[in-house]
Amino acid sequence: MTAVVDLPVAERRPRNRSSAIWAAFAVPGVGWLIAFFVVSVYAVTAVAFGAVDPLLKTAQPQWNPFAWDFDAMSRIVDRVLHGDLGQVFARTGAYIALALGGCILIGYPVAYFAARVVKRRRGLLMAALVLPFWISYLMRMLAWTNLLQPDGYVNKVLRFLHLMDEPRNWLNGDSYTVVIGLIYGYVPFFILPLFASLERLDGRLIEAGRDLGASAFQTFRRVTLPLSVPGLMAASVITILPMAGDYYTNTYLTSGSPKTTMVGNQIEFFLQRSSQPQSGASLVLLLMACLFVLMMYYLVITIRQQRAAER
Amino acid sequence: MKPTTTRRVAKRRFPTLAVLTWLYVLWSLLPVLIAARISLNDGRSRSTFQPMSFRWYWGDHQSSVWYDDSLQTSMANTVKLALLCMLIATPLGVAMAIGLQRWRGRISNAANGLMLLPIVTPEIVFGVAFFFVFSQVYTGFPSGLTRMLLGHITFTLSFVVVIVRARLAAIGTQYEEAARDLGASRLQAIRLVLLPLLAPAIFASVMVVFATSVDDFVISSFLSSGAATETVPIKIYSGARAGSTPALNALATVMLVLTLLAVTLAACLARWANKRGGSASGATAGFAGLTG
Repeated sequence: MTAVVDLPVAERRPRNRSSAIWAAFAVPGVGWLIAFFVVSVYAVTAVAFGAVDPLLKTAQPQWNPFAWDFDAMSRIVDRVLHGDLGQVFARTGAYIALALGGCILIGYPVAYFAARVVKRRRGLLMAALVLPFWISYLMRMLAWTNLLQPDGYVNKVLRFLHLMDEPRNWLNGDSYTVVIGLIYGYVPFFILPLFASLERLDGRLIEAGRDLGASAFQTFRRVTLPLSVPGLMAASVITILPMAGDYYTNTYLTSGSPKTTMVGNQIEFFLQRSSQPQSGASLVLLLMACLFVLMMYYLVITIRQQRAAER
Repeated sequence: MKPTTTRRVAKRRFPTLAVLTWLYVLWSLLPVLIAARISLNDGRSRSTFQPMSFRWYWGDHQSSVWYDDSLQTSMANTVKLALLCMLIATPLGVAMAIGLQRWRGRISNAANGLMLLPIVTPEIVFGVAFFFVFSQVYTGFPSGLTRMLLGHITFTLSFVVVIVRARLAAIGTQYEEAARDLGASRLQAIRLVLLPLLAPAIFASVMVVFATSVDDFVISSFLSSGAATETVPIKIYSGARAGSTPALNALATVMLVLTLLAVTLAACLARWANKRGGSASGATAGFAGLTG
């Protein structure tokens, strides 16, 4: 990574001084992140392990780690392991798994086609794949609330095709609706990183597979697919993380029905619709603990890519 | 290698894949087009097409986008936040990217890890964390738009750094070294050589910051303080619960058209600047750099 090692001493000195200059470039941004990101996340911890004003129900954060009180957290953990919150976590996991499965089924062929096959209208396809990023997420969900109304076009099409006899009320706490909404919302975030990694894949290996007598399917299964695992992992992680904290998609698509409550809804409920800041903060920490491995995985692969790019 | 094989591989068109892909494109955009068409309904239906009019844009004197003050306020707030966020997060992020790229050592590595953390942090964590930090620690910042702006900047800063760093790594140091050999000072080399080379990445970051800020719902919602500080996403979110009208669709459509116009204009500007030297890549490369 560093090229300093084999330089003569005379040249090394100005580099050291320049290091201070480069540090000065980074300081405002780093300071900003410490002030607003690190302190903020620490505030969540301090609230979770602090106390609650008995009358006002407001949080009284405990900033000193040696005086932390873990009662609220253990109550939440207990509710997750033995109580009502366990179901919420299980449901969140199931929705994420189904939505991720959908993203892979839809996203992989699309990313593969865009990265390795398409020749004509490539620019148009790229624009179409990026376009959802410019459309507000909530507008895309609004569009589905229009389509899924009892007299909306989804019911009309399904009845026209005789797939359904009676109009279905999709927007009343239906798990299918939430999963479809999650897939629709997050599949663009899945496709782009996968596209980027499939595009970098060495085409000569695929050609070699075909030359050595493998069928198209065999080549895909034994060459392309294994080579695209890192890209698939990265794309999955980058979709799972925001989905795990999502609460607006299902609230929006189910009119806030409790039948589809996810972890995010529970956090939002604790903080915005009832005064239980400590429970909310504890649940946030718990959620982060569940996601820790995925977060670190993404961090490590990103740092590796940075180093590879700079070598 | 047999030449026939290559020709066969090159010739294959994968018709199923092509159909699947374009079906996906249709599926991803059609609902939005339908929502935009519903905004032109003359009646109150939010589910079926009715005869067209601009009732929900300006025809209705109470609840159309033009006459409903709360909808106008939300649009002004959204645009204001996005522009300010762009103006602050981009220079901060560009400087940070240059600094982190060249500053070596353990502290720098730690700072780099810190910079990447916000990207993998779910938005709800940001929302809750800002909610607590502004009510417990930074109580001096006025509530509402100021706090929302600080939140948006913190959330988007790392995107700028990642995009710009990818470009920095591709540029290398030789251009700057050449400038230094020819007598430029370090800051001159950055200003006259490095920044122009970084222009496409800076341009891509500006667009990503803009899109992220305009799109943000969670952070705004946790920091918003009443009707005067609502943004368009908050308005769309809260509007759907109450029995609403196609005015909501009209609001979303206006924002969509404004965003697409801004993006197109920016892309044209970039192309125009590109013709006068340098190389630009635009939004696609920006997103690809961000996500891979």
